[in-house]
Amino acid sequence: MPIIAGSLEEALAPIADGSMLLIPRGNAGVAMAATRALVRRGAKRLHLVAVPTSGLQADLLIGAGCVESIEAAGVSLGEFGSAPRFLAAVRAATIVVKDSTCPALHAALQASEKGVPFIPLRGLLGSDLVKHRPDWRVIDNPFANHDPIVLLPAIKPDVALFHAPMADADGNVWIGTTRELMTMAHAARATVVTVEALYEKNLLEDPALAAGTLPGLYVERVAVVARGAWPLALPGRYERDDAHLAEYARLAASADGFASYLDRYVHERRAA
Amino acid sequence: MSGAPPDGEFRTEELMADVMSRLIGDARHVAVGAQSPIPAAAALLTRARGGGRAYVSILESRNHDFFTEGGRELFDCAGQGRIDVFFLSGGQIDGEANINLVSIGDYRTPKVRFPGSFGSGYLYFVVPRVILFRLEHSRRTLVQKVDFISAPGTSPADVYRPGGPVALVTPLCVFAFDREKKRFQLESVHPGHSIEDVIANTGFDFDRPPQVARTAPPSPETLRLLRQVVAPELVDTYPQFARSVFGIESRAARDSLSPLGRGMG
Repeated sequence: MPIIAGSLEEALAPIADGSMLLIPRGNAGVAMAATRALVRRGAKRLHLVAVPTSGLQADLLIGAGCVESIEAAGVSLGEFGSAPRFLAAVRAATIVVKDSTCPALHAALQASEKGVPFIPLRGLLGSDLVKHRPDWRVIDNPFANHDPIVLLPAIKPDVALFHAPMADADGNVWIGTTRELMTMAHAARATVVTVEALYEKNLLEDPALAAGTLPGLYVERVAVVARGAWPLALPGRYERDDAHLAEYARLAASADGFASYLDRYVHERRAA
Repeated sequence: MSGAPPDGEFRTEELMADVMSRLIGDARHVAVGAQSPIPAAAALLTRARGGGRAYVSILESRNHDFFTEGGRELFDCAGQGRIDVFFLSGGQIDGEANINLVSIGDYRTPKVRFPGSFGSGYLYFVVPRVILFRLEHSRRTLVQKVDFISAPGTSPADVYRPGGPVALVTPLCVFAFDREKKRFQLESVHPGHSIEDVIANTGFDFDRPPQVARTAPPSPETLRLLRQVVAPELVDTYPQFARSVFGIESRAARDSLSPLGRGMG
């Protein structure tokens, strides 16, 4: 049975140093409170896999020295500009980047959820992405003649981490239409979820809710963290905090500014 | 500088959206990727002109994302040929329409690192009509040869490729792309710019006909649709763009003094 954790720290225990950690795109339910807790804990050597892109979450973990490698189709703060700590780490060669493309990440997780070792994907041929991904292979389609196609190995993450609107006491998690979270949980060995609130009944009893519910089978730990995606949005619940993201982009532009951001918003707990 | 220009004038972004909307033409499903506010405006303009017939998917948008199968659905849709038009840009774009969204200089020790390839390595192959755009028309962005190919402009005959580039739209001009010749041809030059400007600021060689047309400016009706119908639909996805081009404030910006803005978890 999934554990409804008494604290965020307890919920994050399955994310050991050196884990391959699967994280969702910026508006899909990013566990930002959990991310700050990982920084406070001093998590090390994480291998981030973004589904399929990341922004603030990856930049914060990279800047705080928690990350050894990142596989992503893009790392950026979107309208707020480039991800400054990511860029600094690439320049300093302190992280390994595995460049990918969005559907390759989705497809490689689908391979994992099916329990098959690889999956083919169209496109990609002639892209330098293939040149820099020795783990990808090009084969001739065995069902046709002269039809080269790329094979991607299944991505098998240790832990998927995300934030969702609600879970019930059995660890079933309601994710709505953000169904890549479902694929992430299916693909990962363990899933850790933070939620806005606990749902008082069983989510699987109501067919309308059950259609958007990740069964507790896949879930290792759940922690209740109100506004757990802040300063990012939780779709349908609250908006992105644009003023805060602008402040982050400004501060994180320098190492000193980033340190003061950590002091102000991550390390030191203070009242709202 | 922000807000809509005075009557009868228009912004370059509005002209580019109008041009892209005409390039979209008749389409059942137009999709727009991340960080693409002008293509988003063009797609919504197309829908507004067509009385709402076209499906428009805008990544990262709450109001214009009808998918129910999560982030992969857009790519699965594209793989089946269910997306007619998509838009791509690049840190560099070269004369053979190769695009670079990764880095300049050596890949492992780059001089400049961009965010990454996003969906380009796939969508450029499978979406029939890809419209390229670049807001900086200069010799450092439009180059003879890209440093890194995120997605190639053309492919050998044995590569499955129903899709590819049709045009490149910049603040100076419109280039059409010829997949057989693997070259751009100058299609039209925007008002206020000359062919000489285009030649001086373009790093790749391109073809041009003896007479190059002037890009038609957006009509008063187009500007009305952009400002009154399209702009309010862009605010939630592209607040900074909506503010700087159309002078519209986002809800989030108005609420930025909320007490939770100082909170932490």
